[in-house]
Amino acid sequence: MQLPFCTQALISLIREVVNLSHTLISLQNITKSFNGEVVIDDLNLNIHENEFITLLGPSGCGKTTMLRIIGGFETPDSGSVIFNGKNIINLPPNKRQLNTVFQKYALFMHMNVAENIAFGLKIKNKSDQYIKDKIKYALNLVNLDGYENRKPDSLSGGQQQRIAIARAIVNEPKVLLLDEPLGALDLKLRQDMQYELIRLKNELGITFIYVTHDQEEALTMSDTIVVMNQGYIQQMGTPEDIYNEPENAFVADFIGESNIIASTMIRDRLVEILGAKFECVDTGFGTNKPVDVVIRPEDIDLVKPSEGTIQGIVTHLIFKGVHYEMEVTANAHEWLVHSTDMFPVGTEVGIHVDPFDIQIMNKPESEDEEAVGVEE
Amino acid sequence: MRRLSELKNKRFLATPYFIWSAAFIIIPLCMVFYYGLTDKSNSFTLENIMSIGSIENFKALILSLALSLVSTLICLLLAYPLAMILNNLNVNQSSFMVLIFILPMWMNFLLRTLAWQTLLEKTGVINSLLNLLHLPTLNIINTPYAIILGMVYNFLPFMILPIYNVLIKIDKNVINAARDLGANGFQTFGKIIFPLSLPGVLSGITMVFVPALTTFVISDLLGGSKILLIGNVIEQEFKQSSNWHAGSGLSLVLMIFIIISMLITEKYDDGGIMS
Amino acid sequence: MKIKLQKIYIGLIFILLYAPIVTLVVLSFNKSKTRAKWGGFTLNWYIELFQNDQIMSALSTTLIIALLSATIATLIGTIASIAINGMKRKWRTFYLGITNIPMLNADIVTGISFMLLFIAIGATFGFTTVLFAHITFNIPYVILSVMPKLKQTNRSTFEAALDLGASPVYAFFKVIFPDILPGVMSGFLLSFTMSLDDFIITHFTKGPGFDTLSTKIYTEVKKGIKPEMYALSTLLFLSVLLLLFLVNRSPRKASMSLKEI
Repeated sequence: MQLPFCTQALISLIREVVNLSHTLISLQNITKSFNGEVVIDDLNLNIHENEFITLLGPSGCGKTTMLRIIGGFETPDSGSVIFNGKNIINLPPNKRQLNTVFQKYALFMHMNVAENIAFGLKIKNKSDQYIKDKIKYALNLVNLDGYENRKPDSLSGGQQQRIAIARAIVNEPKVLLLDEPLGALDLKLRQDMQYELIRLKNELGITFIYVTHDQEEALTMSDTIVVMNQGYIQQMGTPEDIYNEPENAFVADFIGESNIIASTMIRDRLVEILGAKFECVDTGFGTNKPVDVVIRPEDIDLVKPSEGTIQGIVTHLIFKGVHYEMEVTANAHEWLVHSTDMFPVGTEVGIHVDPFDIQIMNKPESEDEEAVGVEE
Repeated sequence: MRRLSELKNKRFLATPYFIWSAAFIIIPLCMVFYYGLTDKSNSFTLENIMSIGSIENFKALILSLALSLVSTLICLLLAYPLAMILNNLNVNQSSFMVLIFILPMWMNFLLRTLAWQTLLEKTGVINSLLNLLHLPTLNIINTPYAIILGMVYNFLPFMILPIYNVLIKIDKNVINAARDLGANGFQTFGKIIFPLSLPGVLSGITMVFVPALTTFVISDLLGGSKILLIGNVIEQEFKQSSNWHAGSGLSLVLMIFIIISMLITEKYDDGGIMS
Repeated sequence: MKIKLQKIYIGLIFILLYAPIVTLVVLSFNKSKTRAKWGGFTLNWYIELFQNDQIMSALSTTLIIALLSATIATLIGTIASIAINGMKRKWRTFYLGITNIPMLNADIVTGISFMLLFIAIGATFGFTTVLFAHITFNIPYVILSVMPKLKQTNRSTFEAALDLGASPVYAFFKVIFPDILPGVMSGFLLSFTMSLDDFIITHFTKGPGFDTLSTKIYTEVKKGIKPEMYALSTLLFLSVLLLLFLVNRSPRKASMSLKEI
């Protein structure tokens, strides 16, 4: 049942307001350098209750460092970490109300599964019965019932990962920090674990702060994605926003595949790409100004040459299972096209793009905003 | 086909070593057993082994055990914190610093012991300095305390190295995980770091206890001719009295202690160091 | 605060380890023979050291034995490692067990066992007996250094060489050997050092009139300390320092020889 548009808008507005009043963690002006190199550059970020927020970016962008600062394993050079109204910047990790799932699981190899999970509870001097019940509950939650007496080195990677998660959540933290936990698993297992994590978050009702360089993972699991590069935030929003409306070339190129072409904004709603005029829906980019245009490969329709805005020839064709990937050379540019229709190499085609699918971006203001590895 | 010939080749390659080890490791050891269990007329006897019960020998054995246990303990207590500190240094400094602490190990062992003799003597360096400061003199030389000092000094690097090697292998994230789960410094050490470092500790104990138990040089140079350890007794039987049967018998007793200590450490280490 | 305590602790241990050595170095330049007084700076003891024929010959003997025994031990040990690596589990455990015996046994027991052997076969105690003894206790160190490297060597590279037409021997020398060379080198270095420093085993396997540096020092010290000993200590310390800094230049070799201990 499709709700009327205004009701939908009202619901999102209410959600926003509700979220806004429940900011759990506020990162303010965080700066951190290692050996003279700035790793995090004046970063500001608000994280809400019950949010699945992902820090996404390439290696070295500062996302893991940011997570470690929240967890208390690094101290920033300046800035504050406000947790529930209090600045916890000087609080050691063992006193913070959050728990971390580490990249290579960091299980205690000399203890069995039950002892691993019970570790945090024993420190808090919980009763034996409480601990026993909690272990059972945690193992059940991660679908590993009965594994109490197993040793970590007898478990597979996926199982070790789930024990690491169980060990963390059994302490009922308000926030769970996850540092690329699925990196060492194979594809199928990774996809299964992604659904597991979403299910866990919903069942536990806690905030997940997730770090990854895998954009597909981020798109699948997150409520909010924070795209980072060179130590600061490039763009922040829902997966749909990030994917459909990237704000600069870096984000456009990092998330999904894209065609990024240098173009000229003639006026509102009209852009000139490679000499041809395309109608689009963006306004406010000025008159006759140079801009970058992003078009997703799946948004390009290949039509008869006469029906297309520009004409070209198919130069490459690869069957990808889900779709065909083709390269079309048109107006001296190689366009990447994804389509379920197949056009053999050498076919003359026309390119048509829906105005709604053309995303206009400002030219990069600094090197950091440029697309990674895109040839102009 | 190639597999079979490869195997034959490999076994063939082992022959030189097989002959050598048979001649120079196995046979000599058998001879110790032979001499230890026979008397001058080549008949079987347990007398040599039983001679450990004689007053002088027994005293020497007990003293050796006591001194080597104390020295091992002191080495452990000194080395462990040092290994931890070295482990926490950043990458650039650590290899250089470790080298500095291992360096004395490469100095000639006799000269190192000689150095302490020079320091501890009645008219030695330490006492001269103390005299200058009008402080009472130290009279440690030729006492068991000097021997303990000599043992600790000589064997400390052998305790530092294995513990250090095992500490650096502990994934830093495991320690972070413990802190993350609420453990303070002491709890992290007791529940995580120490248990994981146990193989290195056991290795270090073995490398200190056995040489300390069987030394005769340290007691010779720092204990004067008054203090006899079991090593001294055996050395004298062989070199001075040519009493090979008695000497071998005592050596067999010594080997029993060595084997016992190995078994004890093996019990605490699930198949790590000895493989 | 914590860092300060740590620095103090390291400092104390450092002083403990180096005070005796520094004392020897200082005394080597002391004009006065007594250890109590400083009688002025002199290089006399160094000159007397080099003029002392007995000590010098002991030094050269030590170096020759160390070099020879290390070389032969490395040869036998490397071949043995290759053989052992290719054996079935049972045999491997057996041979490695035998290899462990000289290392686990106390030096004094190993020493007397050699002594009994040499007496039994009627050998003359001297250069040869000491050499054979040194080779024997060096081999396990070589095996210990080479075997881990052998295990690490990828079997596929050897098979790739065979696949490309090489004979097993050629493949070994061109592919496997360069790979295990660091282990062989550190085994050699280790053996050399162990042989240089050995006292107890040499003590039991030498004869009258034959001395290595360690045994010479022992006899001299029992007679009463001569200051030439201090000069000798200083020189040895400096050469060890030099050696270790040279080795430190190629950090891989250093960390390997350290880890093999």
